[in-house]
Amino acid sequence: MQAMIDSLARLPGVGPKSAQRIAFHLLKSDVEEVKKLTNAIQEARGSVRFCDRCFNFSETTYCHLCTDERRDTSVLCVVEESRDVVALEKTGQFRGRYHVLLGAINPLEGTGPEHLKVRELLLRLEPEGVQEVILCLNPNTEGDVTAMYLARLLKPLGVKVTQLAMGLPVGGDLEYADEVTLGRALMGRREVGE
Amino acid sequence: MPLYRDVGVVLRTHKLGESDRIVTLITQDSGKVRAVAKGIRKTTSKFGSRLEPMSHVQVQLYRGRELDIVNQVELVEVTTATRRNLEATTDGLAMCEVVEQLAHERSPSPHLYRMLVGALRQLNSEYSALLLPALQLRLLQEEGVGPCVDRCIVCSGTEDLVAIDVQGGGVQCRHHRRGTAISPRALAILQEVLDGRITSVVRNNDLPNDTVREVVSYGRSAMEHHLERRIRSSSLFEAPRP
Ligand SMILES: [Zn+2]
Ligand SMILES: [Zn+2]
Repeated sequence: MQAMIDSLARLPGVGPKSAQRIAFHLLKSDVEEVKKLTNAIQEARGSVRFCDRCFNFSETTYCHLCTDERRDTSVLCVVEESRDVVALEKTGQFRGRYHVLLGAINPLEGTGPEHLKVRELLLRLEPEGVQEVILCLNPNTEGDVTAMYLARLLKPLGVKVTQLAMGLPVGGDLEYADEVTLGRALMGRREVGE
Repeated sequence: MPLYRDVGVVLRTHKLGESDRIVTLITQDSGKVRAVAKGIRKTTSKFGSRLEPMSHVQVQLYRGRELDIVNQVELVEVTTATRRNLEATTDGLAMCEVVEQLAHERSPSPHLYRMLVGALRQLNSEYSALLLPALQLRLLQEEGVGPCVDRCIVCSGTEDLVAIDVQGGGVQCRHHRRGTAISPRALAILQEVLDGRITSVVRNNDLPNDTVREVVSYGRSAMEHHLERRIRSSSLFEAPRP
């Protein structure tokens, strides 16, 4: 029982208290229901893997985005996690391909470039004819460090490196924006009517 | 829960649950404090990006049993220049990491707060690779384990000092050398730093890269020896690049 609580507590978003609550709930539930859940987890884990090219979640060797002939291979969007691909796809604004780093550089945790899919990113540039790399990383210290590191690595290779224009959240009031966000929004400004 | 105010520097943050973070601060009056910032990972959070590592902030916190809760944050000064420079950012994070290791929770240590603020401010106004080792050496001095750099740690001789030994805690003459070799130039910088003349050291742009590297490397190994732990932020880009 303690082993179960410990395992549950390691899941993202689950603290020790919720782990205990979930464990008690499962123990009280119907045996068949629990079996259904464990089978579903095992099946999903067994069939889903990372795309061999972009490291997005995929059920096949290459994901559906990498095999879609209509997508522009000259623009590559670099993200931290698969869920960022989902978010960007929802905008319907991007028609290029993705590269998932599976994390970000985190100096304080000792996560360096060698722990991420950086080498794999470099190896894609030439064969796929990539001309622009868009860095779509989280607007925090880890994302910034990762972006600066990648820009330094990519620019000498002759690819255009761009970054998301980090701006103000739509629906928010200017006066409530913090100084850093406001500064970034100023940096990423563009001509009106462009 | 009682509400209190303090100023501090964010040392690190941890994700908590779906949208919260635990923020570790070194504060002026309460030492190291860990507090939950609720909803901070949502783009509409009122905290915005004010609670990133290296941020110098004024905070209003609810005192909790183990963790406090962040109620309000205001930025005291911005670190925009640092955040646009990879070396400055990693050095600034290494400064935070070291202070985090030295500080104790809820035990007032205003000197840690003051020294970190000073170093980060200088880092932001003009980058120098010597700022990190300078802070490390001054912190060791404050801890009472600053290295002896003006005479041999074995014979107290002041001539021909050619090596420095992290374990022995200082320099050695040619006759008693056991540690790593150190150049007279690098030794002079260590002396200046420990005498409190950091600004003049940092402003000196004529130093050869080798000398700077010697000082950086000594500051780091002396601090790592004291902490009995590697400084992660400094080891980040050591692996061979692709
Ligand atoms: Zn793919
Ligand atoms: Zn001697």
